[in-house]
Amino acid sequence: MSTQTPLQREPHDRVGAARIELTRSRWLRATLRSRAFQPALMLVMLFFFVAAVLAGLVGTPAGNHNFAIVFVWIVWWALLIVVMVPFFGRMWCTICPIPGPGEWLQRRGVVRRTPGRLRSLGWRWPHRLRNIWLQNAGFLALALFSAIVLTRPDVTAWLLLGMVLLGVVLSVFYDNRVFCRYVCPVGGFIGLYSLTSTIELRVKDTRVCMDHATKDCVIGTPQSYGCPWMVFPGNLGRDAYCGLCTECLKACPKDNIALNLRPFGADLLVAKGRRLDEAYKALIMLSCALLYSAVLLGPWGWIKDWANMATFAGWTTYAAGFLAIAVLGVPGVFWLIALAARTAAGVAVPIRRLFVDLAYSLVPLGLTGWIAFTAGFVLVNGTYAVSVLSDPFGWGWDLFGTRSVPWRPILTEVVTVTQVALLLVGLAYSVVVAYRIARQQTASEAQAWRGTLPVSGFLCAVTLTFLWLYLG
Amino acid sequence: MTRARLWLLLPFGALALVVLLVPLPFAPAPVTRELTVVARQFAFEPPVLRVNRGDRVRLTLEASDVVHGLHVDEYGVDARVEPGIARRVEFVADRAGKFRYRCSVSCGPLHPFMTGELVVSPNLPFVRAVGLTLVVLAATLVSLRRLPPGGAPGTT
Repeated sequence: MSTQTPLQREPHDRVGAARIELTRSRWLRATLRSRAFQPALMLVMLFFFVAAVLAGLVGTPAGNHNFAIVFVWIVWWALLIVVMVPFFGRMWCTICPIPGPGEWLQRRGVVRRTPGRLRSLGWRWPHRLRNIWLQNAGFLALALFSAIVLTRPDVTAWLLLGMVLLGVVLSVFYDNRVFCRYVCPVGGFIGLYSLTSTIELRVKDTRVCMDHATKDCVIGTPQSYGCPWMVFPGNLGRDAYCGLCTECLKACPKDNIALNLRPFGADLLVAKGRRLDEAYKALIMLSCALLYSAVLLGPWGWIKDWANMATFAGWTTYAAGFLAIAVLGVPGVFWLIALAARTAAGVAVPIRRLFVDLAYSLVPLGLTGWIAFTAGFVLVNGTYAVSVLSDPFGWGWDLFGTRSVPWRPILTEVVTVTQVALLLVGLAYSVVVAYRIARQQTASEAQAWRGTLPVSGFLCAVTLTFLWLYLG
Repeated sequence: MTRARLWLLLPFGALALVVLLVPLPFAPAPVTRELTVVARQFAFEPPVLRVNRGDRVRLTLEASDVVHGLHVDEYGVDARVEPGIARRVEFVADRAGKFRYRCSVSCGPLHPFMTGELVVSPNLPFVRAVGLTLVVLAATLVSLRRLPPGGAPGTT
C-alpha cells in the first residue's frame, strides 16, 4: 500500500458543473435589486411571527390547537427542511423576521438605505467565536429541551422573543448580522445543509471583483449596505454563510453578481472552507435526527418522560445520554472511521483533516434523515394546521370555517415508503460524496475507493438504524 | 452515466426487483390474541404489540389517568377510552409490517408524540428495506469503482 501526501485535486470536483443564471431574467434581477424585496418578505413573516408569539403567550396551552406550535413546529419546520433548505439554501434567512428589529434599529430604517454608518458601538466580534461552535452549542441546548419547546406554546413564544431580543442586543454592540452568522442555532445547520441546495449566489467573473478597487459589495453604496453577513462575494466559493439578502446585487456597479441554479450538493465538494466546527455540525445533526426519531416518534414512554422533564433525575440522565451520543459517541466512532479510511486508502493525510473532510459526506444522509423524520410527524399531524388556521388562539374562533376539521393522519400508508426512498437516496449520495472527497486526498481512484469503504459501512449502519426505528 | 456503468448496474436493478417482489414463506396458523393496552400520559403499555398476519386481535384498552384515544395507522381502528371504563376493539391483522398506534384524543403537551407500535409478522417491509439498502450500497460502490479499460463486458 503506497503512502501519499495530501492533495487538493480541484479537477476531480464538480465545482465547475453546469449552472443556469437565473438573474438573466430581467424581472427577477429587478425584483432582487429592489430595496423593498427583502423587507417586504420579512414584514410578511413578521406578521406570522407576531401571531405565533401572541398565540403562544395568550392562546390555549394545548399545543396541537395553538398557532405557535402548529405553525412553527409543523408548518414552518416542514417547509424549511423539505423545501427551502434543499432547493433554496438560505432562503429562509432572506425572509426570517428574527434579526429584523435589530437590523432596522442599526440601520435606522427598514427599506431605504439610510445615509451614514450603521448605528452600533462598533465592537469587533471575538476572533475565537468566528465559527459556528456557538451555533452548535445552541442547537444542542435546544435539542435537550425539545420535548418541552415543541409542545408548550408559551415556551415557544418566549424562545422566539428571546431570539429577537438577543438579535437586538447584539446589534447594539456589533455591526451587521452577527446574530445570524455566529449565534442563531437554526442558522448553523441551514448553512451547512445549504451546501446541498440547488441555488447559489456567485460572482460571474472573479477577476472583475479582484480588479474592482472600491469593493462596493463589502463597503456599501449610497443605495445599498455592505454585506450584512460579512462575506466578500468576490471569493465566495460555497453557500454556508451567504444569507441571500441580495445587498450585493444592489451594490455591484459591474453587474457581476448572479443567482444560479446548480446541481444538488455542488458545494459539498468544495475543499476550501471545510472546518472542524462544520464537521461537528454534520455529526450533531445526524445524531439528532436519529435521537429525535427514537425519542419523539418511538414507542418508549420512559424516554418521553425523561425528555418531558417528568423528573429532574430522568431529564438529567436523558441530557447526559443525549450529549454523550451526539458530542462524543457518534463523532468518536466517525473518528475511528476516518482512521480506518486513511489506513484503507494508504494515505498520510492528517487524521483531523480526513475526519473534517469526510464528515461532509454525512450531509446528504443527514438531510434526508431529517426529511424522513419530518415526514413521520408532519403528515400525521398536518390536519391540526387546518383547524388552527381558523382558531389560532384556541379561543373558539372559526375564521375560515375549518375549526371543526377533525384530526386525521393522512397518507400514513406512504410515509414509510417515502422514508425508505429518502434514506436510500441519501445513502447513495453520501457514498458518492465520500468517494469524491476521498479522491481529493488520494493519488489514485483505487485508493479513494478503498478509503470510501469504511465510511460506506458507517453510512449503511446509520441508514439501517433509521430503518429499524421507522420500520423494524 | 456512461453506458458501461448502466450495464454494470443492471444486475443490481434485477436484484432490487427480487428483493422487492420475491414472496417470503411464512405461514403460522392465525390465532385469536387477547391483548390489553393501558394508555397514560404520554405512552401506551406495552409500547409494542407483536402479532402474526391473519391473527384476530382483541384489544382491551384502558386509560389510567385522563381520557385517551387509540388510532391504529392503516387499520382504521379508532376508539376513545375514559379512566375506569375499559373499551374493547377487535380487528384482523391482515397487513404485515410495523404500524403506529396513536392517542387520538388531546391529552396533554406530548399528545402528538404519544405512540405505540403494532408489529405484524412477517415484517416484510423492513426485511425488504434492509435488503434494498444493501443492494443500493453495493450498486453505488461498484459504480464508483473504476471500470477496467474497455468498460464492462459487452460494452466494447
